[in-house]
Formats: sequence, C-alpha cells, structure tokens
Amino acid sequence: MQISSKDLRPYLLVAPQTLTFLFALVLPIMAIVIISFWDFNGFTSVPGFTFNNYLGIFSSPVYLKTYLNTFKFAFLVWLVCVLISYPVAYYLAFRIKSSKWQTIWFLICTVPFLTSNIIRMISWIPFLGREGLINKALIGLHLTNQPVEMFLFSDFSVVLAMVHLYALFMVAPIFNSMMRIDRALISAAEDLGASSFNIQKRIIMPLAAPGVAIGTIFVVTLVMGEFATMRLMSGGKASSVGYLIKNQIDSLQYPMAAANAVVLLAITLLIVFGILRIVDIRKQI
Amino acid sequence: MAATQKTPFSAHLLTVFFALFVLFLYGPMIAVFLLSLQGPEGQLTFPMRGFSFHWIGAVFGQQRIGNFVEAFGRSFWLGLLVMLITVVFSVLAGLAFRTNFRGSNLVFYLTISSLIVPSILVSLGIGVVFSLLNLPVQWYSSALAGHLTWTLPFAFLIMLGIFGRFNPAYEEAARDLGASDRTTFWRIVFPLIASSVIGVGLLGFTLSYDEFTRTSLISGETNTLPLEIFGMTTNVTSPALYALGTLTTVFSFVLIAIALFTMQKLEELQNQQER
Repeated sequence: MQISSKDLRPYLLVAPQTLTFLFALVLPIMAIVIISFWDFNGFTSVPGFTFNNYLGIFSSPVYLKTYLNTFKFAFLVWLVCVLISYPVAYYLAFRIKSSKWQTIWFLICTVPFLTSNIIRMISWIPFLGREGLINKALIGLHLTNQPVEMFLFSDFSVVLAMVHLYALFMVAPIFNSMMRIDRALISAAEDLGASSFNIQKRIIMPLAAPGVAIGTIFVVTLVMGEFATMRLMSGGKASSVGYLIKNQIDSLQYPMAAANAVVLLAITLLIVFGILRIVDIRKQI
Repeated sequence: MAATQKTPFSAHLLTVFFALFVLFLYGPMIAVFLLSLQGPEGQLTFPMRGFSFHWIGAVFGQQRIGNFVEAFGRSFWLGLLVMLITVVFSVLAGLAFRTNFRGSNLVFYLTISSLIVPSILVSLGIGVVFSLLNLPVQWYSSALAGHLTWTLPFAFLIMLGIFGRFNPAYEEAARDLGASDRTTFWRIVFPLIASSVIGVGLLGFTLSYDEFTRTSLISGETNTLPLEIFGMTTNVTSPALYALGTLTTVFSFVLIAIALFTMQKLEELQNQQER
C-alpha cells in the first residue's frame, strides 16, 4: 500500500503545533517527574532515585497546611466566581435582546481581562489600603474610628483580586452555553405556564451546567497554578502551593519544587477528571 | 406585555447587578488612571493632590523606577513573535481538522491539556529542560515556549469553531475548478477567516504581553514588562507605579481598538462581496 501525499497532509498541518506541545509541555512535565526523585544536598540537586521528597510532602504539617490553604482559596474564588458569573452571563444571553448589543456588552466585559494582571492587582490599593476609599468611607460614616487594616493584605483581598482577575473565565463559557439554548424551549415552557423560577431550574440551569463546568476547570487551575496574586495581595502572609514552589526554586531546591509540582498536577487532574465525569463538555466546543 | 408587567422588579435587579459587575471591572482601573495624573505631591490613595503629567514623565526617567522602556520593548517583540507563531500554527492545525484523520483525538486532547496544567509547572518544567540541555533561558526562547503553551490552545479552539462554521463546499468547488491547494487557501479560505485571524492574533499578543507566571522562572536575566512591574511593586511606593499601569493599559486599549476596527472593516468587505 502506498501512502499518498494527501494522506500525509493533515499530519504535516498539525505537526508544528504538536511539536511545540511535545517540546514545551510533555517534555517539561517528564523532566519535572524525573527531577522530583532526585536528591538535594543542601547546595545543589544530585541525580538519583529517592522518595524522600514525596515523603517530606506527605508527612509535614506545614505542607499539609499549605495545600489546604490552596484548596481553600480555589474553593472561595470558584464560589464567588459562579455566584457572580451566572447572573451576568444570564443577563447577557437572555435580557439583552439585540445581538449587536450582546456583542458590545460582552466585549466591554472582556476588555479588562486583556490588560495586565499585575496592574489590575495594584489598582485595588486606592480602595483597600489603610487610607483607601473604603476606610475613608467607614470613618466618614462613623462606623469605625480606626482604619481597618484587613482590607489589603488579607485573605479577603486575595480572593477579591483573584475574582477580579479570573471571573471572565467563568462568564464566557456560561454565556457560550446559554447562547446555545433553544429559545423555543423557553417560550414553550412559558406558554405551558411554567414559573420563571421553574424555567431557570429545569431548563436553563441544566443546559448551562457544561459552561459552569468549563469555567470551573479554568478558575480552579488558574488559582492552583499561580503565585503572584497570593504574594502581592496577601503581603506575603498567605501561602499556596504555587508560591511554595516558587520559593523552593528561588532557594534552588529543584527536587522538592518538582515533587510539589507533581502533586499539584495530580490533584488538578483529579479535579478536572472528576468534573468531566459529571458533565459532558465535548458538545460545547 | 404580560412578561414586562410580571417581572419589572427582578429585571431591574439583574440590570443593577450587571452594572455593578461592570463597575467592579472598571472602577479600579479608572482610579489608577486618575491617581496617575496627580501633581508631584501625589500619594497612592485618594484624594487627588493636584493635576499634572509629572508621574507619567517619571516612568521614562530610568533611575527612578527600574527600566521600563527596555522591558516594554522585550514584551512587545515577544508578543509579536507569539502572535505570529500562534496564528500560523493554529490556522494550519485548524485546516488539518477539516478532515478526519487517525490520531486527531490525541492531538486534540494534547492541545486542551495545555490549558489545565497549572502555569507554575510549565515555567518550572521548561526551566528544568533548558538547564538539562545546557541552554541559557531567555525571554525569546524559553519564555516564548512558555507563552505558546497558553496561547496555542485558545487559538486552536477558536480556529476549530471558525472552520466548523463555514461550508467545505467553497473549497471543493475551487478544487474542482482546478485550483491548487495554495490558491484555494489564499483566494477562498483565507478571506473567509481573515477577520477571525486578526482576533486570534490580538488574543495571542495580549495574552503574551500580560503573561506573568509562565514567564516568571524562565525569562533569564532580563525582565519582560509584567516581571518588571511585579518587581517594582515591592520598591516603588509613588504614583509612578500607577502611571506605568495607565500607560500599559492605554497601550492595550489602543491595540484592542485597532484590532476590532480592522475586524469590523474586513467583515463589511466580506459582506459586500457576498452580495
């Protein structure tokens, strides 16, 4: 059997992209897995095969606390993102009737997400700081005599900043799912006398669920994989696995950082596969 | 009529909620704009102390707040490079997915998986690979690879959506009339996807231009702009920081505006030709 050039065509076309992923994603992950079994002698990494790095992670209360803290933030950010994004997406998809204005408002929601994350974090200082607008307002209203320190550099500011940074990753997939809902379904339900609550619960929510699932995957992996917001918005007080990995790399403890990265990846994949088992997202693409 | 009478209150509530969301997105940005235009006595918080371009000017004074201009240059060229590669690779992959080929599922899942790998892993992993290969990490090599793992999957998904939407009959007709693959692509397919290609390009550039985590461990001795700004947050406590924020945000806005305008024009052109 001869292979014609026509059969090869799709393979040649996907080759550049696939090779990029093999080099920049698959190979690096393999390297991390290998390094995670290496030794660290206090100065440098030594090739070898030891489970000590992993044993260290699973037996240390400090690590356990850091992991739990990461889950806490992932959960809080996810929860707030869903609570905000669902009504926002619903408003865009169902309340705005002209498709031109739908596009315009969606773009208005998207534009801030195309600007610098670091700047968007900094931009909370005028509001949350010791002399920020919120404290001035509270003092002005005589609700407090002293500025409240906890607005900036606290768990609160970390969650606020992350929601601000990542909400679009929830809004966009939910909006996408909602736009695919056949409007005739809703008119039919209305004609049959369904209450708006029932329409929401029995039609829109189930059909928007895949969007929520995709958004969840995005938000959770984004929160799990970063350290900048945690560092900046908590003032270095709170810790997350991403931040921990970054600190270990800065002190050249590559094997330990790699072992943490492998555990982080495993947990993230578990969550993603868990979500994919519940909701079928393939039809959404 | 019945519907509008039935739910005016909840409808208004939802509108207010949406308005608050938009305010939540833009409020901090506007605050930073205003505060960066303060007089020389300005602080990091309100009220504004005077009005001037003092702090905007301070951004360009090198010794004051790190080296903004060079970092901007690196981020700009890196963004362009990422944009170009992202557009070309994703269009090619999109073309491949117009036919069913063995292993297409594998390629699909490999691409998607890049989105769900936590960013810090990509940074760490590429850094490790480069050090094992004895290559120096640089913004134009290792950081470029890191950025592509983030931009390519988005571009790929968008391209799949776009190619899925238009009829393969156009290309088949062109081929039946004897057009070569190359002619078919440039004369038939490309005009149909041109405005979306600009959208993908904009996304590729801005994602790269703003990327922090996937650059953080692998940009070598030189900083890209987000890294430079992150470094400044610890030692710059004047509105110059805001001024820098204003400048980069305005730059992003200008790019977005140009891209949207071009997309609009291309679509108008397309509609005219179809008539």
